[in-house]
Amino acid sequence: MQKYLIEAEDMTVAYDKKPVLWDIDLKIPKGILMAIVGPNGAGKSTLIKAMLNIIRPISGKVLFNGCDYQSQRQYIGYVPQRGSVDWDFPTSIFDVVLMGTYGQMGWIKRPGRKQKEKAMDAIKKVGMEEFAHRQISQLSGGQQQRVFLARALVQDADIYFMDEPFQGVDAKTEKAIIVILKELRSKGKTVIAVHHDLQTVKEYFDWVTLLNTKIIKYGEVDEVFTAENLKLTYGNIS
Amino acid sequence: MTPQLEIAITAVIVSSACALLGVFLVLRKMAMMTDAIAHTILLGIVMAFFFTESLNSPFLIIGAAIIGLLTVYLTELLQRTKLMAEDSAIGIVFPFLFSIAIILISRYAANVHLDVDSVLLGELAFVPFDRFIVFGRDIGARAIYIMGTILLIDLLYVALFYKELKLVTFDALLASVLGFSPILIHYSLMGLVSITAVGAFEAVGSILVIAFMVGPPVSAYMLTDKLRNMLIFSILIGLINAIIGYQISVFFDVSIAGSIAAFTGITFLAIFIFAPKRGMVTMIYTRRVQRIDYGVNSLLFHLYNHEDTNMEEEESNINSINQHLHWDKRFLEKILKKVVSSRYVVLSKGYLKLTPEGREHTIKSFK
Repeated sequence: MQKYLIEAEDMTVAYDKKPVLWDIDLKIPKGILMAIVGPNGAGKSTLIKAMLNIIRPISGKVLFNGCDYQSQRQYIGYVPQRGSVDWDFPTSIFDVVLMGTYGQMGWIKRPGRKQKEKAMDAIKKVGMEEFAHRQISQLSGGQQQRVFLARALVQDADIYFMDEPFQGVDAKTEKAIIVILKELRSKGKTVIAVHHDLQTVKEYFDWVTLLNTKIIKYGEVDEVFTAENLKLTYGNIS
Repeated sequence: MTPQLEIAITAVIVSSACALLGVFLVLRKMAMMTDAIAHTILLGIVMAFFFTESLNSPFLIIGAAIIGLLTVYLTELLQRTKLMAEDSAIGIVFPFLFSIAIILISRYAANVHLDVDSVLLGELAFVPFDRFIVFGRDIGARAIYIMGTILLIDLLYVALFYKELKLVTFDALLASVLGFSPILIHYSLMGLVSITAVGAFEAVGSILVIAFMVGPPVSAYMLTDKLRNMLIFSILIGLINAIIGYQISVFFDVSIAGSIAAFTGITFLAIFIFAPKRGMVTMIYTRRVQRIDYGVNSLLFHLYNHEDTNMEEEESNINSINQHLHWDKRFLEKILKKVVSSRYVVLSKGYLKLTPEGREHTIKSFK
């Protein structure tokens, strides 16, 4: 039997009475790029947050490498939605990227030279070295996303969860991001991203999860990403 | 130590302690929560007072901290029901806890120093009356030692958990994924805010605590885009406000806390207007410069475009050019002055002509 990297079982999440996610079962292998796709309000972000223990599910569990989240935390990276932070916060791009190294340090300890070099390397990798010491409020949407991606890279994780990494970015940034994601995959890392653009699913991802409160279908893009399944997910648009 | 010096030192310590924690409150958009805490902690003080029958017991501070945290917790509880926004929740919790304290004081503690006026307004002038006596020796005003200890704890907390405070304040989601509990940081910060407010409130009263916690940080925010500098500037501004505010109160013989709070407002206003990067003067000046730059470039382009064409005569005529550019005369005159003095354009026989420098500048700015 194949051993899976991430296993979610019977996961149900509810904010009020109505469930946001219903009975989620997922088995995700190592080394793939997976898109989570579905209509607005389908629970895509919630699915990521529940897997990351940010939101407590009312039932079910998630295992990483067969262990619970707490013990595997250092192997898991996260890129929140761009809009979830205050971009007027008094800090520089370099400092934001450096935050990605905090997890390996634990409480109280401060980042040293090694962490700073790592942050600078990541900033170069996303092509932002020119702006490294600039305040973050002057960035465009695409640049903000690059900063978040650089921060994720310094986390040195094995599994990355990304909440809409392509939202509001220009075509050039989108290309740059996808190059980095594919590079991560070639290093054996796994990336799970909430994605909106159905046109690019086939081009960018290997796996896809079609979500609308329940999981409609998930698996390899070629098998799952069919007109029929999309209709089941989005309903009859016509 | 003279009583005047003791008052001034207390004011400086209170002001710095509030300015330090205030930075995180402002960045976390929790200014109104501070106002609530500064009032509701009175309930903690009253209850601890009934329990210990002393106004100098450390239980007063513990009681205040507990009620401060309760205020935060109850507010969040109401907010989480999604039936009301945070400000409405504060509007319920704050008066509820505060009014219980007021009722308890008026019913049971009418004869002690805990009267409503001194709670609301505080009085720095009374600081020298309450002495700290160790082994029979008077070593100074008690408030200096209490507030000094609180300031030290605050400084130590921010120094130790700087990284965590920064991360949680900027991106709580990432903090939680990386294993830095936002709830732990949130409640420890609010606990310290409560303790600081207790110390501050005896000196400056609960109404003005908010001025001490919010004024310096928002002033500092206008001056820098680094968190570390914001902390340093905030403390410095708090310090200056306290010293100058105290001098003003002595000069006019008026309330000390009131003078400091009023001067806090003046400092903010001055920084708001004159701050080098974000101040109003800079903004207005930058807009002016941009307008003139735009005008210069448009005029140069216009001339460049029609240079050596059969329209040139018509399009570069000084008397009609403003109609082609849709400008009013005054703006045109301003721009003309600028382009002529920069030697981009010469005026000959009523026609405008690009100079070689002007042509070069136009081509360069077009690129």
